[in-house]
Amino acid sequence: MVRIEWFAFRVFGGTIKVYILKRLLLLIPLLLGITMLTFSLIKALPGDPAMSMVGERASPEVIESIRKELNTDKSFLVQYIGYVKLLLKGEFGRSYYTNRKVSDDITAKFPNTLLLAVGAMLIAVPAGIILGFISAVKRGTAIDRGISSLSVIGLSLPVFWSGLLIMLFFSLKMKMLPPSGMGDIRFLIMPSLTLALPAIATLTRISRTTLIELFGMPYVRTARAKGLTEGRVKFIHVFKNALIPLITVIGLDFGSYLNGAVLTETIFGWDGIGRFAMEGIIKRDYPVIMGCIIVGTTAYVLINLMVDIIYHYLDPRVRLYAGND
Amino acid sequence: MIKGIVIALVIILLASIFAPFISDYNPEEVNLDELKQPPSLSHPLGTDNKGRDILSRILYGGRISLSVALVAAVVSMGIGLMVGLVSGYAGGKTDTFIMLIVDFILAFPSLLLAIGISVILPPGIYTVMIAIASVGWASFARLVRGYVLSSREAPYIEAARAIGCSQGRILFVHLLPQCIPLVIVMMGLKLGGYILTEASLSFLGLGAQPPMPSWGSMVSANRVFIMSAPWMVIFPGLAIAVTALCFNMLGDGLRDRYGPEIKR
Repeated sequence: MVRIEWFAFRVFGGTIKVYILKRLLLLIPLLLGITMLTFSLIKALPGDPAMSMVGERASPEVIESIRKELNTDKSFLVQYIGYVKLLLKGEFGRSYYTNRKVSDDITAKFPNTLLLAVGAMLIAVPAGIILGFISAVKRGTAIDRGISSLSVIGLSLPVFWSGLLIMLFFSLKMKMLPPSGMGDIRFLIMPSLTLALPAIATLTRISRTTLIELFGMPYVRTARAKGLTEGRVKFIHVFKNALIPLITVIGLDFGSYLNGAVLTETIFGWDGIGRFAMEGIIKRDYPVIMGCIIVGTTAYVLINLMVDIIYHYLDPRVRLYAGND
Repeated sequence: MIKGIVIALVIILLASIFAPFISDYNPEEVNLDELKQPPSLSHPLGTDNKGRDILSRILYGGRISLSVALVAAVVSMGIGLMVGLVSGYAGGKTDTFIMLIVDFILAFPSLLLAIGISVILPPGIYTVMIAIASVGWASFARLVRGYVLSSREAPYIEAARAIGCSQGRILFVHLLPQCIPLVIVMMGLKLGGYILTEASLSFLGLGAQPPMPSWGSMVSANRVFIMSAPWMVIFPGLAIAVTALCFNMLGDGLRDRYGPEIKR
């Protein structure tokens, strides 16, 4: 790592850029490790993809030729190196079932999932923070207890069920929104709301505890002592400091959006990567599974990196790199 | 408050154990004369598209959901406790390596991991238990490791070392009992989530296989009838939500009372 740092230092100068570069370089061994692991797990699985493509009654010659085509007759290492070579070209291979390029499908579907996640975040982040804020300010009152109970309920609802109820109400009974499928913004509302529900609950709880902790800090007392209005203390002074832990949670919660995406996309017929991965897993379409895992991990690492970078600009106390200080 | 929730959970548990005494219907018996009956006196929660009584399917389904979640929680706790003890006490490279794995598991979308695992193994309730436990141990390990790290140098451990206790004795006789209350609180916090994961995996068709009733697969199989027979979807989902809610509230209550520093 020292060498890389030195190299990066020469190229970029000792700044945040070095840190970003270092983190991006770390992605390479991580992805190699993950591909190696999934690849070996998949190869260890019982069942032969060639067999499952043509069925058990196909002639041995046909199966043999498909195996050749899929390279499954070679040794594990040869197959793995072949796969890594393919990855370096930016390809994930072809789906066993549709024979389409996995990379094309992922490029087409990933933006849809991202759209869904962003839609959910746009609902969850303001709602969660506002509810948490009210709860913290009104701590111990009936309002606080009400919000806290709602957030426990939110954590306990199965996403696939709340999604169906939302669909039943808004679409089938009220006829306000299209029940499922993709298209303009009206199609986005219900799946985003469904995906947002558990996130609202988590965010409410966390912003409540964070804010209550911060309300007791000495700097808050100082702010009050110098005669600032209560509103100014709470909204400006405390809120700014609360943003840092909240951004971590929002970033880390991205994983739960991917979790929820599998279920939400299934219910609402949303053509995203969650459903794609799920179908791949059920059909044992290995190139699809591998592609989704790699894209998912990369997205996850990049988002965490983004959170770190936001930290850097938000809070001068956070030093991501060993600089001159 | 905790008392009330425990009573509710005991009622749920007893209801599914003694299901045959509560409902006279066989949960797997198809009855073509009573298709999609709305809730009535003879079928309090209605019947499904094969004429099966929803109440008895929910009661029997509870056996699966509850046992999967409880077994997965106990297994997660056991593995996490051991790994956390070793990791925290050994320190150094062992600790770094174990925590790397733990962080990876905690960071990755848990449902996707569980789905991956339940695909490798044939679908069924044991697979779901393994899938949940193989993701779940990580949070227990992290909690126990943190505790062991903080009390590794505590006077009573130092004293134990001074009188010549073996490492095994220090780990299992001195440190382990101290961790038990922590992991029990953690288990309370996690059980609600395990109920939801089990339901999600069953919903996706990776859990209990038909005709065996399970809450998640009932919602999944009945969702096409949501418009014509909403009770077929609403009641099984409600069973999941209420059970998960009870566990979550129990977890919160236990945490507030015994371990306020534990995070979900």
